[in-house]
Amino acid sequence: MTDEVIKAEGLTRVFNKSLVAVNHVNFGVKNGEIFGFLGPNGAGKTTTINMLITVLKPTEGRASVLGFDIAKQDNNVRNVIGVVPQEYTADEDLTGLENVLLCSDLYGIPRKIAKERAIELLKLVELTDFKDKKVETYSGGMRRRLELACGLINRPKVLFLDEPTLGLDVQTRVASWDYIRKLKKEFGMTLFMTTHYLEEADALCDRVAIIDHGKIVVVGTPEELKHSLGGDIITLRIKEDPDVSELIRTVEHVKDVKNEDGSYRIKAEYGEVTAPLIIEALRRKGYTVTKLMLTEPTLNEVYLEYTGKSMRDAEESREAFRAQRMTMWRARH
Amino acid sequence: MSETNGYSKSKLHGLWALTNRELKKWLKEPILLFMAVLQPVLWMGLFGKAMNLGGMFSSSNFGNINIPGITFPGNYVIPPVSGNITIPSALLSQISQQMFANIGPNVMQNIFGVKDYFSYMSVGMISFIVMFTTMFSGMSMVWDRRLGFLNKVLSTPVSRGAIIFSKVLNATLRAMFQATIILTLAVIFGLQVSSTFNVLNILGVYAAIFLLCVGLSSVFLALALRSTKQETQMAIVNLINLPLMFASNTFFPISMMPDWIQAIARVNPISYLTDVIRQLTVLPLNASSLMFDFTYLVIFAAVFSVIGITLSWRYLTK
Repeated sequence: MTDEVIKAEGLTRVFNKSLVAVNHVNFGVKNGEIFGFLGPNGAGKTTTINMLITVLKPTEGRASVLGFDIAKQDNNVRNVIGVVPQEYTADEDLTGLENVLLCSDLYGIPRKIAKERAIELLKLVELTDFKDKKVETYSGGMRRRLELACGLINRPKVLFLDEPTLGLDVQTRVASWDYIRKLKKEFGMTLFMTTHYLEEADALCDRVAIIDHGKIVVVGTPEELKHSLGGDIITLRIKEDPDVSELIRTVEHVKDVKNEDGSYRIKAEYGEVTAPLIIEALRRKGYTVTKLMLTEPTLNEVYLEYTGKSMRDAEESREAFRAQRMTMWRARH
Repeated sequence: MSETNGYSKSKLHGLWALTNRELKKWLKEPILLFMAVLQPVLWMGLFGKAMNLGGMFSSSNFGNINIPGITFPGNYVIPPVSGNITIPSALLSQISQQMFANIGPNVMQNIFGVKDYFSYMSVGMISFIVMFTTMFSGMSMVWDRRLGFLNKVLSTPVSRGAIIFSKVLNATLRAMFQATIILTLAVIFGLQVSSTFNVLNILGVYAAIFLLCVGLSSVFLALALRSTKQETQMAIVNLINLPLMFASNTFFPISMMPDWIQAIARVNPISYLTDVIRQLTVLPLNASSLMFDFTYLVIFAAVFSVIGITLSWRYLTK
């Protein structure tokens, strides 16, 4: 077997014969890494993950998980993967332990082994004290951890996480990352996750694919992606109206200038040195800089660079939107 | 393949887990369970007892009815006899009272086949509950889908068939449980079983309920899988439950209905279930018509479960 645990070639999914949710996507996930799918809502992340976990069939193209074809050997795939869905799927009327055991039954794990594992997993996600409480009493963070425990019950080689921290507050989100890292270390799994939180991708993922309109626009480690921007970003505004892009471009180290409604996005090496030079150049021509911001590239800049102006909040569908809203609502109650 | 995979070779390993999940939820919610028992009790009490059809035909009610053309003068003279024979009016009215005394039960017996309406309708209640339980069984599928549970189950090695059949099985078990309660309560409240009744008949009742449940819930499941909104499913259920219920012999005998309703009632599977249960409990058993009812139910269950399960299957493996 090759080093690639997940391999997608021309993977495509079309809904209702017209809506192309995922459009000829190619990527490979290496053994043991955390691979992130980053993109705005509606970009095709969940559709991709649903194909990989054999819930949806691809319209075109193929993909394999641990060498098993997702369409032809779907049951083999199901046996070796774990899934932590975007939604809270745990049954509120059942206890945490009952929920984990239900998951184990779905894999046909004998009860004795299942019980040992359930106890061990619940301990790992620090839910031991709550294992006999109904899930409806759990907080959003606890529910996420329970979903993690459920997703690990069959000791998967590959774990799929769909928006693992959707709807959680910042502290809980950061804590969840720790759990994910810990579990990955404990079980030595390969992780495939989707997210639309940039800081999440930055903090967790070894490699990131940015997906937009159903297509992968770029793949690389967060560092590579940031580096690919070719330097720092200077954002500035001037008091006067005329377009000064050409003027700025003449300044040393400036690589690119974009005028976005009077706000200039300047890509430059050595930003801290270049910024004063730009101000000086502008002043000499009689322009006044009213606002200036210097940013070292983050994934946010990478994101803007590759997908357009900002995070679009276009929703996949009404149903997906409602499901997401419900997840967020339940996270807070 | 590593030792952690492929534990169970059985195709059905998830079936019981999924069915059990829902039964557990149901049993853990005492309110739901209580309502499930209370609902038929209310129906039986209010509908079965308040609507005293037998009493309507009783002699005391007939006493007040003026039947035109028949009057009882003080003395009645029978002409052909020479000389007058006089029958006292008191005696005449007593005779008429006696004549009408049995008319209520007789009318009931002729129309409904039993002497009291309660026995008739409380058995119909079983069909009523079976129908409602199966109709709403699809609803949980809508929920499972919206909450993402369905997708999660689909990503596990549980066979798609087990996912579908767990819902059908769950509805069936619930309906049988409720039917048992209704039957028990009905007996307590005065259900009169026929002379042909014996305890083994109960097995026949269960078999018939099972058949109808499997057929109906498969269809409603397929519907639920297509309707993304719970409201859609609700609307469908509300639209068809009334015609299914009243264009059947659940509450009234088919023979008393206008022709066009009779036409519906005669293909309505609810009628056949009700008839089976009646024959096995309150009515004298007629082997050939019972066989016919069962055949109909078997065909219904086979055809509709094939349609329902095929549609669901197609949806789940899209």
